[in-house]
Formats: sequence, structure tokens, C-alpha cells
Amino acid sequence: MVKMVRKALTTNYAVAHAAKDSDVDVIAAYPITPSTPAAEKLAEYVANGELDAEYVHVESEHSAASALVGASAVGARAFTVTASQGLIYMSEVLYIASGLRLPIVLGVASRALSAPLSIWGDMHDIAPLRDAGLIIYFVSSAQEAYDSVIQAFKVAEDPRVHLPAIVDYDGFIMSHVTEPVDVIDREDVLKYIPKKVTWNTLNPKQPISIGTVGDPDYYYEFKYQQQVAMENAVKVAEEADKEFEKMFGRGYGLIEEYRMDDAEVAMIAYGAHAGTARVAVDKAREEGIKVGLIKLRLWRPFPTEHLMKALENVSVVGVLDRAMALGAPRQGPVVKDVISMYASDPSKAPKVASYALAIGQRDVKIEDLVAVAKQLDEFAKGKEIPNKTICIGLRE
Amino acid sequence: MALKEVGPMEPIRTHMQIPREELIAPGHSACQGCGHFIIVRHLLKAAGPNTIVVNPTGCLEVVTTVFPYSSWKVPWIHVAFENGGSVASGVEAAIKSLQKKGILPKDERINVVVFAGDGGTVDIGFQSLSGMFERRHKVVYVLLDNEAYMNTGIQRSGSTPYGAWTTTTPVGKRWKGEWRVRKDMMQIAVAHHVPYAATINPAYPVDMYNKMVKALKAEGPAFLHAYSPCPTGWRFDPSLTVEVARMAVLTGYWVLYEYDHGNYKVTVPVLKRKPVREFVKMQGRFRHMTEEQIKKLQEIIDEQVEHINKLVGKTVIGPVVEEQKK
Repeated sequence: MVKMVRKALTTNYAVAHAAKDSDVDVIAAYPITPSTPAAEKLAEYVANGELDAEYVHVESEHSAASALVGASAVGARAFTVTASQGLIYMSEVLYIASGLRLPIVLGVASRALSAPLSIWGDMHDIAPLRDAGLIIYFVSSAQEAYDSVIQAFKVAEDPRVHLPAIVDYDGFIMSHVTEPVDVIDREDVLKYIPKKVTWNTLNPKQPISIGTVGDPDYYYEFKYQQQVAMENAVKVAEEADKEFEKMFGRGYGLIEEYRMDDAEVAMIAYGAHAGTARVAVDKAREEGIKVGLIKLRLWRPFPTEHLMKALENVSVVGVLDRAMALGAPRQGPVVKDVISMYASDPSKAPKVASYALAIGQRDVKIEDLVAVAKQLDEFAKGKEIPNKTICIGLRE
Repeated sequence: MALKEVGPMEPIRTHMQIPREELIAPGHSACQGCGHFIIVRHLLKAAGPNTIVVNPTGCLEVVTTVFPYSSWKVPWIHVAFENGGSVASGVEAAIKSLQKKGILPKDERINVVVFAGDGGTVDIGFQSLSGMFERRHKVVYVLLDNEAYMNTGIQRSGSTPYGAWTTTTPVGKRWKGEWRVRKDMMQIAVAHHVPYAATINPAYPVDMYNKMVKALKAEGPAFLHAYSPCPTGWRFDPSLTVEVARMAVLTGYWVLYEYDHGNYKVTVPVLKRKPVREFVKMQGRFRHMTEEQIKKLQEIIDEQVEHINKLVGKTVIGPVVEEQKK
């Protein structure tokens, strides 16, 4: 029988707890709001002997990622947490971590990017990393964050994958909100993710060169192999989630469908606002609108087939994006993926409405999303969809 | 009696004792006469095969590891340009953690050595090196200083000397080469309270080798500032690398000294210094220099020498003595 203990944890603490239960060997972290409490908690674990790890007090996020690349290349299970400017600052190295195929895991408490300076939550930080070659989970609760960090190690370290992974959660709305979390006994966690070095490491007994020059004769193949690993990761993430559910009784899937069975219109949401959307769906349903919700959990690799299947019988889908994509035809990172899924056969595509919301943690109320559901219903009945993103809660 | 070859990490008295085993293979694509390889080859011999090398972006990296080839017979990693210090920190932390947990053999010593260029150290990699020093990671950081960004095509760095032509300090109507004074990386390292820091020079292999041994044995971070002549960037004949390197020492341009747990020592005293002009005239990068500029460079060198003499507490590097014309 698996031992679980229910604790009251913020998502920051849940993520730190998961890293501890995964028996990470090296942590390199730098303070940044709103992920700082997770870095502090990890330090506390090491300080009081609950976690046997080296804690590298790096002088920047760039060095945090660099130290983890070095550590992972020696065979350590390596972990950090960051946010916002910190994530952008370390992004140069995250591309490299992916290219070097190192299974580092990061918790990211997503936050807006300057300027103007905003310490508040949105997804501007994670959005540009979509093409960096990292596995990206969006989570919607502290429990899901805890479970996803453990699953992320499983997927990242799988020999079919060998890529770094991010578990992304909302700054403040999740990072600083306390929820009940069932934490798993470390021994059981390590049965799920045994400490086995499956990747190539720096070993004097078998010296290899990591991070060589890839000239035009080879670079392309290196990149293609990363893409193959990404494609593999869809299946591996699904397997990892199923195995997790079998062992610990909790599974999430790559996408989560809510009231989609008979839905005529649907919303796609991710992160904390998926919870708001869920309540909004119930309210809209009370008013007779046949709306469903898809919570996107795995953003990279994109679960194209899962999503296409879920949207099969939907005539209009509204994508609730949490970051702007300045100058693009649509404001938002996920909506572009949704549209491009259908590029080879647009006849299969539902109509797509793009929404931006909660930018810089602008408050989003349940009524706002009920209004979105109603609007989607109107679009389904023939009202024209604006050929641009609809900004919710904006003073124009 | 011939002295026998020593094992890794043992000091030597003559070059005959240097281990024969090569840890960096020939066949790389460095320029002829590249100073880096004299240095790296000897330092690796001192460290031995149980060594992990961290190599930030630069000449050394690109000429040794064009996939699918590699010249490295020890484990080697390159990540980016500005993070040699932090990558090495992670490597060292991981070794410590994994040894403690019994995942790596507990009693096996693994050296961590960084080979970085001057751009990757005194400019873009400065912060990550400072962090590595301050956190006391047991890493030997070797700065291969060829005094400009040679890999990208001879652009000036914070280590480019006064007067030197580079492609970003060209000689024109207004500019006459570099006009500022280079950073003093030795003193910057010492300011971080590192246990061991030293300057090395490929013209003095025994001195260079023994300083590496001391650096490897230091209980914390160690810094070796290596003078690495670059025939391509400095514009001299590739057969003269060692002579240019030696002239740097004989003119007091490059003082061979060490900082060993609080004690300064000049390891190669130069009682009668040659004028810096002797060093300048060997290299095309200084060809444009006026008498006034050479005089200014001489003053900079005099000041540097005086500073080091003060540090060691006696005059170990003597005054400039012009050669008698015969």
C-alpha cells in the first residue's frame, strides 16, 4: 500500500516537496518573485537534512541553468525553480540543455515580463520557450504540480526522450495559494522514478565530448533527433501518467476534457484559469449553452491528436491565452498551435476564436468566461468571429 | 642520472619528468603555432586522465571538437560562452553529491578543469567565474589569454593590451589601436580569496607544470592565468610562439608569479628587464605604434612591475636595461 500524507501546501511548496521526494542530487537556484519560496523551501530541506543534495547558490539564473547542465552531464538528478525575467535570462542555456539531451527539471511560477515591471502572474515568460526543445506541462492545482514534477522526471529521463522539462504554474494565483496536497512517501516515488542514469555522462573511464560543433553536415540531424524525441515524448508522457495513476491513484491525461461529450462549442484553457473556466462552463450550461472545456496540460510536445479528437464534434473553439504575441495575427501562444493543427486539412477544423486574458494578472471573473461561452454560442449560430484576438478585461 | 617520468599531480624538476601520456590528440584544426596547445597539453599531463574539462566557447573548443571528431581523451563539455565558471560549479557539485550518495566511487579523485579564453573570462564570463570563486568550488580555472576575441576574428577584449591593433580597435585617423589598460585578472582572483592563483607561460614549461600541480592540490578554487601567444591575431611568424612568450617575460610585460595562500612569489625573477620595445617589435599588431605610444606602454609595464615587486616585498623584477650596442 502506498503511503500518502495530506499536507497544506502552496504550489511553490508542493513543487519543492516533489523535488525532495524525487531525491534530486543538485539544486542551483536564484531568487525571483514569485518562485522564491520554492527555492527557500529547497534550501530548508537541505539545511535540515531532509534532502541530501548539493545546493549551489548561483549568482544568476543563467548560472543556475548552466550549473544544472554541468551537474546533469555528470549524472545528477538536477532541479531548479524560476520565473519571468529569470526564465528568459536562463533561456539561452535551456536551449542548450535540450540540445545536449539532459533531463533537467524546472518548476516555473509564470509571471509577466518587463516593461513595465510586473511581478504578477501571466504566461509571457513561458510563451517564448515553446520552441526551445523542452517538455512543458501547464498545471492547474498544487496537487497536479506536485504530481507533474515527479512525472516530468520520469518522462525527461526516459531513453526515448532525454529532454529537459518544465512544470509551469501560475505566479501568485497558484504559487502563493495554499491547497491540500497528498504527498507520496519518497520510497514509493523512487519506485516510480528509480535513480538510474540513462543518459550519456562525463566519465573519466569512458571519456566522451559533450557539446561539440555541429557543422552543416550534422546540425540538421541533431535538431531532427530532438524533434523525434519530442514526438516520442507524447507517448511517453501518456504512459508515465497512466503508470502514475496505477501506482498512486491520480491521473490527468495530456488534456483533460470537461463536459465535452455533447458540447457544440468549447473553450481551451490552461493553468489556474482552467479552474475558473470549469465553473463558467457549469453556469453557461445552466443557461442552456452546450459548452465544454479542454484543459491543456501538456503544451510541449503538443498533443495534436488528442486535441483534434476531443474537438471532433465542436463547431467553434475559443482559446483562452495568457500571453500576447505582439505583431502576430493572433495574440497568444496556444491559439496558433490550435489553428496550425488543421493546416493540412482545414475542412476538419472548427472555427477558432482567440482570446487574451489575465495579462499581468488582470482579474478574470467567472462571469467573464460565462460571457465567452455565450459569445462562442453566438459564433456557432452564425455571428462573425473577429479576425483578431478578443481582449477580455482590457480598457481600450 | 636521468630523472624518471612522474605520475599525475606530482611536481617536476625538469621537463624530462613530464608524463608521456597525451590527453589531447593531434589532428585538431588550430592555427600553426597556437599557444593554447602547448599550455593545454602540459596542464592535462599534470592533471592526468581522471579529469573533466569544461571548455566555454572559443578557439580551443571549435578547433578540437568538430563533430564527429574530438581531440579530447578526457571527458569534455562545452555549453556556452559566458558560463565556464557555473558549468564547472555544477560539475563539481554533482561529483560531490554523487560521491556522497555512493553513486560515484567515494574515494576516486576527479579533477575539474576549465579552459577558457580571455573574452569568456574577463568579459562575458566574468560574473559566472566570480560566483564560482566565491562559492569555493574545487575547480582549476585556466584562462588562456591571447588578448582578444581570436575565434571571431581578432576583436578587442578587456584583456587587450594598450596600443594593440584589433579589428574593433583599428588604426585610423582618430584611433591608433587600443587606448585603455587591460584588466588585472590575477588581482581580481586574489580579491575572491582563492587559495591559489598564478600566471603561467608556455616558454617556461616546468614552472607552468608545477603551478598546475599546486592548483590541482588547492583545497578550493584555483586560477591560472596563461599567456597564450596567437600568431594569427598578433601577426608574427608561427615558428616564434615560444620566443614571443619568452620575450613577454624578459620585458616584464608578463610577470611569472603566484599567490599561494596569502604569499606572493615571483617564480621567474628578471633582474635586468629588456625594454618593452623588444616585445612590441616582434608583432604586427603593434606595428603602427608611435614612439609616444611605446613610451606609454613602457610606463604601464613599469607600473605593473612596481606593483608586483611591492606585493612580494622586494625587487624581483629589475629595471629596464638597454642592450649595449656593439
